[in-house]
Amino acid sequence: MFDSLTAETLARMQFAFTVSFHIIFPAFSIGLASYLAVLNGLWLKTREQTYLTLFNYWKKIFAVAFGMGVVSGIVMSYQFGTNWSVFADKTGPILGPLMAYEVLSAFFLEAGFLGIMLFGRERVGDGLHMFATAMVAFGTLMSATWILSVNSWMQTPAGYSVNELGQYVPEDWWQIIFNPSFPYRLVHMVLAAYLTTALVVGGVGGLHLLRDRTDASARRMFSMAMWMLIVVAPLQILAGDAHGLNTLEHQPAKVMAMEGHYDSHPDGAPLILFGIPNPAEKRIDYAVEIPNLSSLILRHSWTAPLAGLDTIPDEDEPPVAIVFWSFRVMVGLGFAMLGLGLWSIWRRFRGKLYDDKWLHRAAIMMGPMGFVAVLAGWITTEVGRQPFTVYGLLRTSDSLAPVAAPAVAASLLAFIVVYFFIFGAGTFYLLRMMNKPASTPHLGLEDGPIRTAGLTPVMQTDRDAIPGE
Amino acid sequence: MFELSFIWAGIIAFAVLTYVILDGFDLGVGILFPFANGEQEKATMMNSIAPIWDGNETWLVLGGGGLFAVFPLAYAVVMPALYMPIILMLLALIFRGVAFEYRWRTERWKPVWDVGFFGGSTVAAFMQGIALGALVQGIDVADRAYAGGWWDWLSPFSILTGFAVVVGYALLGATWIILKTEGSLQRQMQGHAWWLGAGTLGFIGVVSLMTPFQDPVYFQRWLNLPGSVFSVIMPGAVIAAAWALFAGLNAGKDAQPFLAALGLFVLCFIGIGISFYPNIVPPGLTIAEAAAPDESLRFALVGTLVLVPLILIYTGYAYWLFRGKVNPEEGYH
Repeated sequence: MFDSLTAETLARMQFAFTVSFHIIFPAFSIGLASYLAVLNGLWLKTREQTYLTLFNYWKKIFAVAFGMGVVSGIVMSYQFGTNWSVFADKTGPILGPLMAYEVLSAFFLEAGFLGIMLFGRERVGDGLHMFATAMVAFGTLMSATWILSVNSWMQTPAGYSVNELGQYVPEDWWQIIFNPSFPYRLVHMVLAAYLTTALVVGGVGGLHLLRDRTDASARRMFSMAMWMLIVVAPLQILAGDAHGLNTLEHQPAKVMAMEGHYDSHPDGAPLILFGIPNPAEKRIDYAVEIPNLSSLILRHSWTAPLAGLDTIPDEDEPPVAIVFWSFRVMVGLGFAMLGLGLWSIWRRFRGKLYDDKWLHRAAIMMGPMGFVAVLAGWITTEVGRQPFTVYGLLRTSDSLAPVAAPAVAASLLAFIVVYFFIFGAGTFYLLRMMNKPASTPHLGLEDGPIRTAGLTPVMQTDRDAIPGE
Repeated sequence: MFELSFIWAGIIAFAVLTYVILDGFDLGVGILFPFANGEQEKATMMNSIAPIWDGNETWLVLGGGGLFAVFPLAYAVVMPALYMPIILMLLALIFRGVAFEYRWRTERWKPVWDVGFFGGSTVAAFMQGIALGALVQGIDVADRAYAGGWWDWLSPFSILTGFAVVVGYALLGATWIILKTEGSLQRQMQGHAWWLGAGTLGFIGVVSLMTPFQDPVYFQRWLNLPGSVFSVIMPGAVIAAAWALFAGLNAGKDAQPFLAALGLFVLCFIGIGISFYPNIVPPGLTIAEAAAPDESLRFALVGTLVLVPLILIYTGYAYWLFRGKVNPEEGYH
């Protein structure tokens, strides 16, 4: 199946495949963990039943998504070694400790308190249960912080020197952790996770409002999600813009690819809205462009010069077409999110938030778009970093493990089969749970026979329990 | 004053040992899953580990992440050398990890996830054993990279250690279930623990006798001081742990068999440590060679010394919270 491909291409495909599957789950669970903490807090404060109903509903969905995130994440922590061992040897002294901190300060925290959050309310009481819920949310944010620091160092390395063995070794941890692109990337990703969750919650709320506009839980979650959207979507556009300017400063070639600027523009560069990249001829065919706008956005001046890919040696050029498209998908979806937020605020102030069926349908349509935008954003930044693993320092082709191509091909095939099977089933279960109203007690086993009496299993008394609950 | 790299070797060894005994018993529960009679026993077995498996597996991530952090060269050499067993272990862990949630979300496909839970647990254990055996046999290193082929890990010895780990984990799992349940499931596991205990001891014996033949240097480690002290102590300690195991089973004790089985694992682990030291990857890569620069070790050590005790405290608290027998009637309401 993969006979004609080199070990490097196969290893890149494998990493891209496994990391793309993985990021979907954290993108959701970071936002959802915070949402659960908010719901539980509001329940304790107001004692309004809908908050508890929503907490118990999203908690079960969180458990499934989190489980998928854990198992797909373990794979990532070993793939640096199995497929990119030269990278691991060279960057280990810098990136390794950061990842160790992620495990110690985030993964254990999540794992340690997740059991209490899911199973322990009755055992520990409301106060400690709230603490556990908050710790899970805090853990997901800590995890994001460390791993984004790692990724940002690969994009904008700082605070290092090179030793006699060719390893990158730490000189200044502060500069390493707070490397130039880290604050921007962290804010952009955490906001993306919150947006993703808001869109999923909004979509589920919209679905149940379409079925029953009086459903109290559906109204509450839809309203909360739309508030979140109208606050976070504009912030995200600002954060994205700031991140783009930061990238222009540190990784200009990536921005050139994003913009589709093959040529330099000494008197102001146009903003290419759409077009078909033509890498062979090094131009954008059928470009629809607004003159000088790119210079205005990136340099805050109509006539500021912008260099193009003609200033970058061919062997250092990222794959333009992928970055060009993924960037447009991300930005387009970002503005669609803002549009949904504005629509909802308009209907809210007209008192029609729960009546506008087209708004609810639009929310359902946008439900999965956060994931698409997150993937598109990561493709933009990761493919835009090529042909390097550590930008400007270590080439992807020099990072590879000495594993024979057939071994990588076999493992890639196995990952593809297993991931589609496992995560396909998981997604099906998640959608099936979301398809039920929040107030259903039977979120779990709905179809199929209930077990015969006499066995009296756990699930019979409370069919929507998570294991053992 | 110890070298930082040796302190770190100790910490990594501690993380791996913690992983082996914690995930060992919950993988063992998965290996024994087909022995459950009916849905109630299945639910009880799974519920006995549901709140803690995820924390247990985090020690595996710490083992991998920690190795990457403080012994990047060892990580860079071992992972490609054990490419196939590691990838298969990861895929197996995916199957058994999702089974915890998935089997409660479907009636029709429940048997599929039950098989996944058993198969995933068994394959993961087997691959860990194979990885251990391949490591004991030694890994070809040239010019800071793995220099062997992609099937080097496969040998009669590594298959033997693979089976040894499956049987050993099943013993841990059986004694864990004895600790956490009562009634017919507990009685059944007391029976299984007997032959699993005998099997584990048999494997310990055979693997211990074969190990010195994998590399002559292992002979010297065990025959010269200070290793020779352990050559005298170890067999006695293993016999004592075995006695505690079988005596506990015969007397119908709850906790003693589990603790004795843990003791066997700790002893085996010390034995492996003696064989390896001062190498981190036999036959030639030493702890000092593989270590990251002191600046990395020091930075990571600060956090570890603060956070690992905290982790042990709240992990211990979670175990204490879900202590006692699993009662399927009560569940964790």
